[in-house]
Parts: sequence; C-alpha cells; structure tokens
Amino acid sequence: MTLNGWFQIALFCAVVVALAKPLGGYMTRVFAGERTVLSPVLAPVERGLYRAAGIDAAQEQHWLAYALSMLAFHGLGFLALYGLLRLQTALPLNPDGQGAVAPDLAFNTAVSFVTNTNWQSYGGETTLSYLAQMLGLTHQNFLSAATGIALAVALVRGFSRASARTVGSFWVDLTRTTLYVLLPLCVVYALFLVSQGVPQTLGAAVEATTLEGARQTLAVGPVASQVAIKMLGTNGGGFFNANAAHPFENPTALSNFVQMVSIFALGAAMTNVFGRMVGDERQGWAILAAMGVLFLAGTAVLYWAEGAGSPVLDALGLTGGNMEGKEVRFGILASALFAAVTTAASCGAVNAMHDSFTALGGMIPLINMELGEIIVGGVGAGLYGILVFVIVTIFVAGLMVGRTPEYLGKKIEGREVKMAMLAILCLPLMMLGFTALATVVAAGLAGPANAGPHGFSEILYAFTSAAANNGSAFGGLSANTTFYNTTLGLGMLFGRFFVIVPALAIAGSLAAKKTLPASAGTLPTHGGLFVGLLVGVILIVGGLTFFPALALGPIVEHLAGGLGQTYPAGG
Amino acid sequence: MSRPASSLFSAALVGPALLGAFAKLDPRVMIRNPVMFVVEVVAALTTVLFVRDVAAGADGLAFSGQIILWLWFTLIFANFAEALAEGRGKAQADSLRRTRTEMQAKRLTGPGRDVEIVPGTALKVGDVVLVEAGDLIPSDGEVIAGVASVNEAAITGESAPVIRESGGDRSAVTGGTQVLSDAIRVRITAAAGSTFVDRMIALVEGASRQKTPNEIALNILLAGLTLIFLFAVASIPSFASYAGGAIPVIVLVALFVTLIPTTIGALLSAIGIAGMDRLVRFNVLAMSGRAVEAAGDVDTLLLDKTGTITLGNRQATAFRPVRGVTEQDLADAAQLASLADETPEGRSIVVLAKDTYGIRARDMAGLNATFVPFTAQSRMSGVDLEGSSIRKGAVDAVIASLSGQPISGQPMATRGSNAALAYQPTAETETVAEIRAIAEEIAKAGGTPLAVSRDGRLLGVVYLKDIVKGGIRERFAELRRMGIRTVMITGDNPMTAAAIAAEAGVDDFLAQATPEDKLALIRKEQAQGKLVAMCGDGTNDAPALAQADVGVAMNTGTVAAREAGNMVDLDSDPTKLIEIVGIGKQLLMTRGALTTFSIANDVAKYFAIIPAMFLTLYPQLQALNVMGLASPRSAILSAIIFNALIIVALIPLALRGVTYRPVGAAALLRRNLAVYGLGGLLVPFLGIKAIDLAVSALHLV
Repeated sequence: MTLNGWFQIALFCAVVVALAKPLGGYMTRVFAGERTVLSPVLAPVERGLYRAAGIDAAQEQHWLAYALSMLAFHGLGFLALYGLLRLQTALPLNPDGQGAVAPDLAFNTAVSFVTNTNWQSYGGETTLSYLAQMLGLTHQNFLSAATGIALAVALVRGFSRASARTVGSFWVDLTRTTLYVLLPLCVVYALFLVSQGVPQTLGAAVEATTLEGARQTLAVGPVASQVAIKMLGTNGGGFFNANAAHPFENPTALSNFVQMVSIFALGAAMTNVFGRMVGDERQGWAILAAMGVLFLAGTAVLYWAEGAGSPVLDALGLTGGNMEGKEVRFGILASALFAAVTTAASCGAVNAMHDSFTALGGMIPLINMELGEIIVGGVGAGLYGILVFVIVTIFVAGLMVGRTPEYLGKKIEGREVKMAMLAILCLPLMMLGFTALATVVAAGLAGPANAGPHGFSEILYAFTSAAANNGSAFGGLSANTTFYNTTLGLGMLFGRFFVIVPALAIAGSLAAKKTLPASAGTLPTHGGLFVGLLVGVILIVGGLTFFPALALGPIVEHLAGGLGQTYPAGG
Repeated sequence: MSRPASSLFSAALVGPALLGAFAKLDPRVMIRNPVMFVVEVVAALTTVLFVRDVAAGADGLAFSGQIILWLWFTLIFANFAEALAEGRGKAQADSLRRTRTEMQAKRLTGPGRDVEIVPGTALKVGDVVLVEAGDLIPSDGEVIAGVASVNEAAITGESAPVIRESGGDRSAVTGGTQVLSDAIRVRITAAAGSTFVDRMIALVEGASRQKTPNEIALNILLAGLTLIFLFAVASIPSFASYAGGAIPVIVLVALFVTLIPTTIGALLSAIGIAGMDRLVRFNVLAMSGRAVEAAGDVDTLLLDKTGTITLGNRQATAFRPVRGVTEQDLADAAQLASLADETPEGRSIVVLAKDTYGIRARDMAGLNATFVPFTAQSRMSGVDLEGSSIRKGAVDAVIASLSGQPISGQPMATRGSNAALAYQPTAETETVAEIRAIAEEIAKAGGTPLAVSRDGRLLGVVYLKDIVKGGIRERFAELRRMGIRTVMITGDNPMTAAAIAAEAGVDDFLAQATPEDKLALIRKEQAQGKLVAMCGDGTNDAPALAQADVGVAMNTGTVAAREAGNMVDLDSDPTKLIEIVGIGKQLLMTRGALTTFSIANDVAKYFAIIPAMFLTLYPQLQALNVMGLASPRSAILSAIIFNALIIVALIPLALRGVTYRPVGAAALLRRNLAVYGLGGLLVPFLGIKAIDLAVSALHLV
C-alpha cells in the first residue's frame, strides 16, 4: 500500500463523480425524447429505424407490454446468436477457420451475452469467427446494455410519474439509448483505444519472430470496437481470453485508468439521471453515495489484502504485496482497483487473475457480486438493483417515522414489497442453490482446480458471477463442460430476468400511484442518515445470507493461510 | 365503562393469556402468521425426529432436547404476546357484553301508542319502538319523535345524562343505554348482532381483526426474508459435505430459527391489537385497523373552530362607544341589558363591566326591570326598566330596529314612548356609519361586534372575542413539525376567520363553510395525494366524514354521521383528532422499530452460530467466535435462548408502543435508528454472551 495508491483511488472516484453530472444531464434529455446536440445527425436515422420497424414512437407501453417486448426481443436475440455460433463455419469472416461451437457452449455463450453477463467458457481468439465476435457478441453487447438502461429508465418513470398507466416505450428507449448514448461514446472511445495501441482490423492473425528467434502467432482482429462497448456497457467479454490483462486489449497505464472509469461512467451517471427525473438531484447523489461507501470499503480491504501479501508468500521469501497473477505493468493498485471496479459494476472484464489474489482479496469481488451488483452495477441494472433495496429499506425503516412507508412521494405497499423481495430472493437462490448442487455432484466437483476452501471459492465465484450477470471468472474452474455450461447459463438467465420483470412490475405499480407532496413528516431520503441506513440494509439483507458460504471459502482460507496452510492444485 | 390503566402483566391477564398461548399453537391459527408457522413446522419435525432418536436410544440427546424445548418456548412466547394484547381488550368486552343482556322492546304496531312487547333480538331494521323513562334502548336507532335524557355510561363511561332528541344533530341512540326521563320513539337502524355495542365488542376482542394493508406488506417482507434465510441454511449441508463433514439437523434448525425474523413475527399482531386498544382506552373506537394506520399518515387536519380551536363561547373584551357617549355609559347600558342574560356572552359582559369600570351587577327585581329574551326573529335581547329600553344584538338587527321596523317581542308601550327618537333618520345616519365602521374593525380583528342601543339611540358596540384555547398555538406548531397541515373550518365570515386563524396559528381556514365546501376541500386535498382527517357530528357532515381518510364521528352525533366515519369518539371531543394522529403514528413506529431491531439482531446470531457450526470442519474458524462463547453447543443454545427471551423482553414495548415525540421525521428517524437499529446490532452480542455464561455455569450442555 502506498500513498500514491490511495491517491489513485481518490483520483478515480473524483473523475467518476465529475463525469456523472454532465453525462446524467445529457442522458436525461435523451430519455425524455428531447433534442440533443447529436439530433441533427441522428434524428433522421432514428425516424428511419422506427419507420422500418413499424414503431409509433409516441405510443407508450403498459409495464406488462414493456416487459413482453423486452422478453420477445431478447428471445429472438438469443436464437439469432445461438444460430450464429452453431453455424459460424458456413458463414463469412472466419479467416482463422474456427469450427462450429458445441451446443452447450453455444447455449451458455448466447445466454451470457444476451443477459449482459459475458461469462466466457471459451477462449475468444481460439473459438469464435470475426463475424460471431462482431455481429453476434458486439451487437448483444450494445443491446443488452441498452436494455439495462431502458429498464432502469422505466423504473425511474414509475417514481417520477403520477397516476399514469404507461412507463414508456421499450422500442424507443432501446433505440435512443443505443443511438444517442452508446454508439457515439463508443466511436470516440474506440478511437482512443486505437491511439493507445489496441488493434482494429479484419485481417487474420499475424506471424511474428521473437527475439529468441521463435515463431509466434499473434491474434488480432476488430478489438478496439469490442473493448469500447465491453467496458461502457459493463459487458466484460474480452476479445481475447486474457481479457483486459492482454496487451492488445489494455496496452497502457492510461488505457487501464480510462477503462476503469468507463466501467463506472454510465452506471454512476444513471444515478444522476434518476435524480433529475424525479426532480431532485440530491436523491441521485444519495444513491451514488451509498454505492460509494460500499465501493470504498471493499476497495480498501482489497488493496490492503493484496498490498500486504500473505504469510505463505513471505515464508518463501517473497516479501511485499501479492503479485501472483498480476500484470507487472499494472502492479498491485491498478489490479486491485480494477478487480473492485469490474465486480462492483457487473462488468466482468479482468486485468488480473482473481484466483491468484489473497483469500480476503478474492473475497471482496465475491461480496461485490453477492450484494447483487448494486455498487454502481451494470449499466441500468445497478440502478434498478439498488432501487429494489431502497424499497426494502424504506419499508423497514420508513415506519420508524410514524408513517406508512413512502419514497419520493410514492407509497410503498404490499405489491412493491412483494416484487422487491422476489427480485432479491432470486440471487441467493441461484448463487447458493447451484453452488450447493455443484459441491455434491461429480460433474461439479470435477471443475475446480484446487482442493479445499479455495476450490469451493472457485465454484462459488462462478455461480455468483453468473447469477449477478457479472461474467468475470475467478479462474481455476474448468467451466466448459456440459454441467457448468448448462447450470451457469440457467443462473445467468434467472439472475437477469427474474430481477428485471419484478422491477418492471414495481415501475408499473408506482406509476399508477399518486405522488404525495413531501412534508416535515416525510422520511428524508437525501441525507447521510438514509445513506447509512441503505448501506446497512444492503449488508444485512443482501450480504449476511452469504456469510456461511464465505466462512467456508475465503475466510477459512485466509485463517488457514495465517497458519501456513494452503490448498494447492490437485491436492 | 371505566378504563383504569391496568398494569401490563397483572395476574388477571397473565393467567388466561398463558392458556391462550397454548391454544394458539393450533396450526390453523398459526398459519395466519407465516414466520411463526414456519417455526412451528420446524419445531414439530425436530420433535418427531427427537422422539425417534429417544426410541432408538441415541446418545447426546440432552442438547437437541433443550434446543427443541426452546423452539416451543419461542412459539409460546409469541402466542403469549398476542393473547396478552387480546386479553386486555377482552376485559373491556366483558363489561360491554353485560349491557347486552336480555332486553324487552315495546314495538309500536300503529301510529298511536299501541305497543307489543317483543324480545330485543326480534327487532328488525325499520321497526319503531317506544322507549320510556327507565327503559333500556333495545338496539341502535334514531329518535323520530320526542326528547329524552339518556344515560350512556355503559358506552362512554360518562355518568352525566345526555339529551337525545328527534331532528337535529343529536338524534342517534345506542342500544344498551338507558332513558332516564321522558319518552322517545326510536326507529331501529341496526339488527341484532350488528349494533354499535356488538361491533365494539368484536373490535376490542380482536375477533373481527383483519390484517391491515401495511401489516400484509410487512408479512410479505418477513416471509421473503424467511425464504432467503431458508436458502442460506438449506445450502449448508452441501457445503459441509464438500468440506468433508456433516452438520447435525438440530444445529441447522437452530441457525434457521434464529435468523428468520421471529422477534417482529411474534410481536406483529400484538402491536396491532395494542394500537387499537390504546385508542379504546382513549375512548375512541376505530372501525378498522386500516383507519388507525391512516391516522398516522394524515397530512391535513380539518378542525372545527368552535370547541377545538376556540372555547365554545365568545367573551366580551372591550366597550367601544360612539362619539358623545362615554365608555362608562355604554358599559352601564350593556350590563343592564345582560343582567338576566344567562348565555356565556351575556355573563362575560357583566363581568367585564364590573372588572373594568367597577359597575357592580344589580338585582333585576330591585330595578323593577323586565328581561326581553333573545329570539330568532329579533336577534336582540335586552331589558325594559322604568320607561327605558335597552337592547343589544347583532349590529344589523339593532340598526334595523331603529329604522322603525316592527320588532316583535317588544312591549308596545316602550316603543310608543320613544317613537320620536326612533324616527330621526338624518340624526342617526352619522352614528349608524360610525357603528358600522367600529363593527367592521372588530370583525377584521376576529371579534364579533354586538351593538347596544338605549331608548332607540345607538350607544356603541361591545367587542366579543373568540377566545383561542390556551396552548393550541403550540399544538399546531407541533403538528407543523410533524408535517401536518391544519385547516380551520368555521361558519364565520372570511375576515373574522382570518383573524382567528392567525391568532391560533392554523395553516389555513375555510370560512362560511357549508358541508359542500368541506367535501370539496377534502377532495381537493386528496387529489394532491394527501390524507385528510376530520371530525363531525351532523347528518350534513356525513358525506365529508365518509370522504375523509380518517373521519371521527362524535358519539353525540347522528346515526348518519356515525355510519359515515371510520372512528367514533365516545367523549365527543373534537380536539382528540390530534391525539388520534399521534396514536396512529405510534403504532407504525412501534412496528418499524421492532422490525429494524429484529433484522439487526441477525448479525450477532451469525457470529454466534457460524463458527460453532463449522468448527468441526475447520478449527481455524474459532477466530470468528468474537464473543468468546464457551463451546459450540453453548453458543448455539445461547443464541436460541436469546432469540426466545427477547420476545418476552419486548412484549411491554410492543404493547405500550414506542414513545412518540412530535418532532420532524428526520429527528425521529435519527433517534429510533440509534435506539433500535444500533441497539438491535449490539444488544444480542451482550445478551448471547450473558446467556452463554449462564449456560456454562449451569452446565446445561
């Protein structure tokens, strides 16, 4: 740990917060359907798209219609991507001649990209054609991210509208988010990445002769365009297997910093969009503050754990921090911060091997995901995720001011609580349920590379990452098997849609309610007290559930490590 | 029905409550409470397993046996809380039930006085009965003829008789009350079994208790939390088998039961019953729990001016003579005119004249004076003495009387002797203008002007003032801090209303209010999403009472008003609306505080049980035993004992309610969060440690 390290963390936070307001302002205008600086160029394209699809942009949807549109859209998207992966041998843009993807892997991969998870059971450069990468994956990277944002906007409309039947149009929200927010930002961002040395080519892999005279095949491809959206859209699926640790995906310290900022940028800006849409920006800052408290606490522990190293390494003469599994050009801070950021937001891009972190260092990414990806979270998904927790918090604590619970003038009643609990229930069921299954069946036990608590962490991490739609891999787990491809795929599906649909139901029910004017008797939700309360409820309701699992995984590994005991591979 | 504040755990209540606690173990009753039902299922299953193990002669059953025992204790404590809350209502119900004994009714068979004697239970809605002095009124009804004094002590606990008469706003009579004098004809409005008393009994007994919307929502939350913890616990056996061991079922059960929110689950219904009971003790009957919740949510209070904001009557505070008349003369005349006036206003004039000008009250008989009483036509009262006549009354009425219009009730002789004075329009015009100016000035200041004339000559105006109740201004400031807006409803003109509103410190007022105005105001507030509370008594209040979210009908009111409101105030005191809001808030706060406490408790329970549970798998986890509990078994047993005992410890709080202070929401939250949130986090650490010490000392495991 160095002062410089802490300074970098502070700088990172400052940049993210500074970007939230301008981005939030711009996005609010986009979602409200107002003119923006880009309208002269994009408005004709937008109108053309609506005309081609037969969409009446003025026609808003009931929450159920919104949900059905979203499900139908993703159902078709899933089928198209599955087909593309299975048939890539027969399709163009396959210069390296990649074979057809196996059915279970194709299922897993299609679900993974449709759900904004980007869990990768495969190595990108050795499995997929350029067409599959660009048309299949990059396209879903945009649309799954845009869907997350659209859903969050629909939920916020639930709070900002009164006595309304509709929550917006899924088609319009999806189109405008993609066209006005994601595409322009990605174009600029991809160009920046190219300037840092990221390749963007349709040419085949190149042969190179190394200094020792050995010949090496260097995979290239349309990398910059995919990296841009994988970060901005919190997708995380790398072009290369090594993801952001690969020098072609993440060449410089600057690109590393910008990539971390870009993971948080839109998610943090969504809190500002929320504040603006409900007519009180402070509400958005309060949500961001709660996210910030959780993020900084986790990051501090992670940085401390990695910086301190482990007694086992010390005994081997490797004093100082833990550098195992980290790129030397990034070092401890940039790797630890990246790990915290990518798991706090449901990005899942990695620039270091989380499997090689210290036990406690590896626990923080787990906790970040187990809380339900609400620390900034996936674009949009983080906002609707934390709003679900806000509803529970308001319901528990709101009564303590002597009124039935209300948030932003909306009464929180049985229906909202029911839907919020459904959404919250889904994650522990998927994460703990599938881990429980995998730790007893032979197919599951075949996966982890390590024995004992560390092997347990590997399994727990995989299902946690899948259900939270994060997609980062702890590593060490051989996940490309029928068992893991299927169970992880199901985890991703339920983890995404069993949260989205209840969130939309909440949006519909809130929009239909009257908005009560605030008074001195109303629970204030923009202050530090509320932020503290929200953090407490998230930790107790969302986090404590995982305490037994964490105790058997990273905690016991940490305690054992202190006694010099390790759980080596194959042991 | 007198309601002494019985102590929470008086022997008379605890005995039956303990019995009730066991009776409530019936699964058909338990299923209404999802959290406790789950505990019961788990307790029953582990008991079956235990019996099997005993039959098989297994070892080490003392530990499981104790855990199971405490599971049942948890259930019984929860049921005890509910039974105790219900028991307090039952005592009141019994005293009410006594009023419902066999009653005979005199049913009228025709328009005359022909009656047939029928049992009270045989009466149908619409029957007309005759009730004479000494009779009990057989059922709820409306007086359609006659006037009688009625003893309503059975309902209100107030022994002074009240007047019930046909027409007007005091026509409702309640079954079980006794007519003391005269006779009335009553049209029956409620069939046997659904009378006011029946409903009261059902309410205080909790028999007709339905879950309120907020309770239902809270139950969903608790059920959801229970499911989450079920997942957490159900996945442990797999994890343990991966680690190469097994966790005994009884330990998993212990973890599960301590994690699920049993504290609030156990006390939730007791809190609700106690809230209703607090209202009943306050002599207010809520027709539903929903109404009590709504009271806590009220944003706007409509308050009648008279009786709530001001004392019921006005008082003279100044004499304002016209030019050429001294204050002394005016005071003298006004006092003479008021000597026989027994109204509070009249008496206040006599007192003012005496206190300010030293004019002693004189004896009417000694003055040979004749009192001229107030009539609706003349709108004046006064006195005639020794050929002189003094009148006081509404300014317009007094001026009109001077311009020669015949005034009924005034002896002709007096009028004749002053005829010359009365017909001097030009001389009077200036004075009239002056009087009107003074009158307007008084009205603007919120007072009521009362003109005084002597022998047809205007002397001046008595300033009658509405006296705002002491302390009411502070009450309204309090309400404002709670975020509640107060609106004063009055029949006064806007000028007067504005002045009183300013003096009393209400936020707004509705002057010259008609029932339609009230209804419109309520609808307007509700359209903005606000909840409105009001009280009323007359039939014309009924639509507004029905429209309001909290409508408190006065017990003295009409049947229509009582049916329309969702609360009835037995004392007919409109000021109580403010306390009712406080009771509603207290109910919600208690619920929230105990929910927060219950959830915060889980942290310590995890730290007690998780290390104990996994110690055989990984001895290193001893490091998580932050409380330093003696052994895994004592840790688990201590956690489950704490979980059960905390329910008993919190029963008094659940029944009494969290103290409510009229401060803003932010301050309330800060305080309650510190006490129940932080307390909920820390108390179990201390509690479990203490119990662990006791468990080890007693060698229970």
